[in-house]
Amino acid sequence: MAKQPVHDGQRVDAPTGTAFVGHEWDGIEELNTPLPRWWLWTFYFTIVWAIIYTVLYPAWPMIEKATAGTLGWTSHGQLAAEMTAANAKRAPLINALAAVPVEQLVSDQKVYQAAVSGGAAAFKVHCVQCHGSGATGSKGYPNLNDDDWLWGGDINAIHYTLTHGIRNPEHAETRQSAMPQFDAMFKPAELNAVVQHVQSLSGKAKPNAAGAALFATNCVSCHGANGKGLREFGAPNLTDNIWLYGGDAASIKQTVRYSRQGVMPRWGDKLDPATIKMLAAYVHSLGGGEATVAAAPIAATPAAAATEAK
Amino acid sequence: MADIEADTFLYEKRKGVFPKSVDGFFRRFKWAIMAVTLTIYYATPWIRWDRGPHAPDQAVLIDLANRRFYMFNIEIWPHEFYYVAGMLVMAGIGLFLVTSAVGRAWCGYSCPQTVWTDLFQHVDRFIDGDRNAQIRLQKAPWGPQKIFKRLSKWSIYLFVAFWTGGAWIMYFADAPTLTRDFWSGNAASVAYATVGVLTATTFIFGGFMREQVCIYMCPWPRIQTAMMDEKSLVVTYREWRGEPRGSVKKAEAQPGSVGDCIDCNQCVAVCPTGIDIREGPQIGCITCALCIDACDNVMAQIGRPRGLIDYLTLDDVDTEKKGGTAHPTLKTLFRPRTLIYFGIWSAIGLAMLFTLGQRTRLDLTVQHDRNPLFVRLSDGTIRNNYTVKVRNMETRDREVSLIIKGLPGAVAWTQDGSRENASQRVKVKVSPDSVQKVRLFVAAPEAGPQRTDFEIGAEALNGDEKGDSDSVRFERPGAGQ
Repeated sequence: MAKQPVHDGQRVDAPTGTAFVGHEWDGIEELNTPLPRWWLWTFYFTIVWAIIYTVLYPAWPMIEKATAGTLGWTSHGQLAAEMTAANAKRAPLINALAAVPVEQLVSDQKVYQAAVSGGAAAFKVHCVQCHGSGATGSKGYPNLNDDDWLWGGDINAIHYTLTHGIRNPEHAETRQSAMPQFDAMFKPAELNAVVQHVQSLSGKAKPNAAGAALFATNCVSCHGANGKGLREFGAPNLTDNIWLYGGDAASIKQTVRYSRQGVMPRWGDKLDPATIKMLAAYVHSLGGGEATVAAAPIAATPAAAATEAK
Repeated sequence: MADIEADTFLYEKRKGVFPKSVDGFFRRFKWAIMAVTLTIYYATPWIRWDRGPHAPDQAVLIDLANRRFYMFNIEIWPHEFYYVAGMLVMAGIGLFLVTSAVGRAWCGYSCPQTVWTDLFQHVDRFIDGDRNAQIRLQKAPWGPQKIFKRLSKWSIYLFVAFWTGGAWIMYFADAPTLTRDFWSGNAASVAYATVGVLTATTFIFGGFMREQVCIYMCPWPRIQTAMMDEKSLVVTYREWRGEPRGSVKKAEAQPGSVGDCIDCNQCVAVCPTGIDIREGPQIGCITCALCIDACDNVMAQIGRPRGLIDYLTLDDVDTEKKGGTAHPTLKTLFRPRTLIYFGIWSAIGLAMLFTLGQRTRLDLTVQHDRNPLFVRLSDGTIRNNYTVKVRNMETRDREVSLIIKGLPGAVAWTQDGSRENASQRVKVKVSPDSVQKVRLFVAAPEAGPQRTDFEIGAEALNGDEKGDSDSVRFERPGAGQ
């Protein structure tokens, strides 16, 4: 504690050797023990600092907005600068992604790994709402980890589904299919027979001849004679263990009577192409991704497809 | 109040220490130790050691950027850091051992503060002359000669200090490359900062603070007091032989009236911490034994036996005071306490050497993916996903086989493979000196316990030593899932 020098004529407190200030309340007197110099100078320094700060940086609230500060710094400007810097850092990867066709993404491991991690991040923003944080889906929303794909599981097919979505109104290229509603066509007994036959395909029920006949008349055009489905129409495979809407009799009955019309947004008009490629790479990497089959463009060469059919 | 404060100062002004040069057994021993320690410090980073194309060729290198520690033919990875911890424990117990046996030998001979202070005191003698000349110059008013001598002395201090700081950073990067980068301005800023800080501390601690570091700053002398006992060697003045002090003439005139100490003050003059050993053991004594050399030289001149100041244990001090003879120095070194310390010290060392010889250069850690815990495949099989990290700690490419053990009917494939060619063994290529992260898919039949513990093993394929394995869990859906 800085001790004040005692001047002539000042009364001094004997135990401490400190001069009195002169104030007295009910016999209690105040000693003159001023602030330490270092403390005082620090305090003055903070005042000077504050004045300089309010000149340089936005500080005083005015009617419209605060004073701008001579440096012109704003938090918006800082954010913009940081975003620009981050984008510039990402640019080489984004350019590389844009240059590679999606089915050849795997060939460059560095770009592919970056795409998978970028896809994982984008998935958590755009996809988890329906497909879940682990991409496991739920009733009506497919599990993307398994090996069952309605519309195909190679990276091209996944990329197409992501870009164009499923059952998007007013979008010509969207994945489109519509199972008829058989509520009016089947009598209750017929309905039960069909459901039993469908369950028998995956060994969940005994075969049902009446149901098989009805199935052959009404269902094989999309689901195929043995019920293995058809990806061109998004018709599910009925012989496997994976049921998007449940494999119990009541759920299947509901599906047959009223059909299911699940939808997925098209991301082509919402996300940039690089992000969609990343998402395709990520979904493909989850464990059920299929190898890309040599390009089978259905729409592009109808003549060739027709020739094969013969 | 005021009169209490008047004579109690919390600040002790430094008294200058101008140690006189001396020659003798311990001085030469100190020379040897200084030469060895400084050579090790400055030269070690420049030793080359061929490790092939995938690892640096510096014999001792702490590669912080790549997280490797190289020491000749030993390479330590971060997960093997316990070797470094073990070495630190050995260094600690080694200090206990040395202190209980020979007292503050660390302080007196090999502590960097002692070595560099000694070096700087030789610089003082080189520029200013010996003790008396130094004292004269200290008292002399500032003039051209004093300014010139001070500046040249401090320049040499600064050069040594800079060299010391510069040598330190060589342990953390390839020394020739770093030297080139350092002088061309391309080295990392942390390199310049480290050199700056170490130059400053060496300059200040070695050039100016010297014994004050030992007396006021260093905790080790205080801890050492607890480590030492009455059987530890300390530098002792045989006051029962030396007192009462008297001149040679007085001894000749009245034999038997005075002791051997002729009060020539040589022991004080040579002391690098400026103490008088004749006042008994004290915190300022770093047991450098230079006073022993000085006193022995004087005793030889006046024809008295050596050892008026000598290394003695406190027990022997008592024995000699009672007229007995001290134990031979070697005998004081071997006693239960030192042997126990030595036992612990060497046990840790042997255990580390043993594990070093046994350690695998292939390491595997497996983590079960938790989201999702399991996936049901279309044929009903259950798949679990694992993140496998294979560490190849050799400096060559290796092919490793991952093996599923103890999970009936299970097959595995990686993200590069597919279920069609899955099997119980999956081959993975791992680059030299690196960690390969592999996503491993394991599928097993649906029937089975909800939780099964099993092992994933790694086996090196190109004909070499054992592999590693990790225990993980396979999860199946519970009832109704």
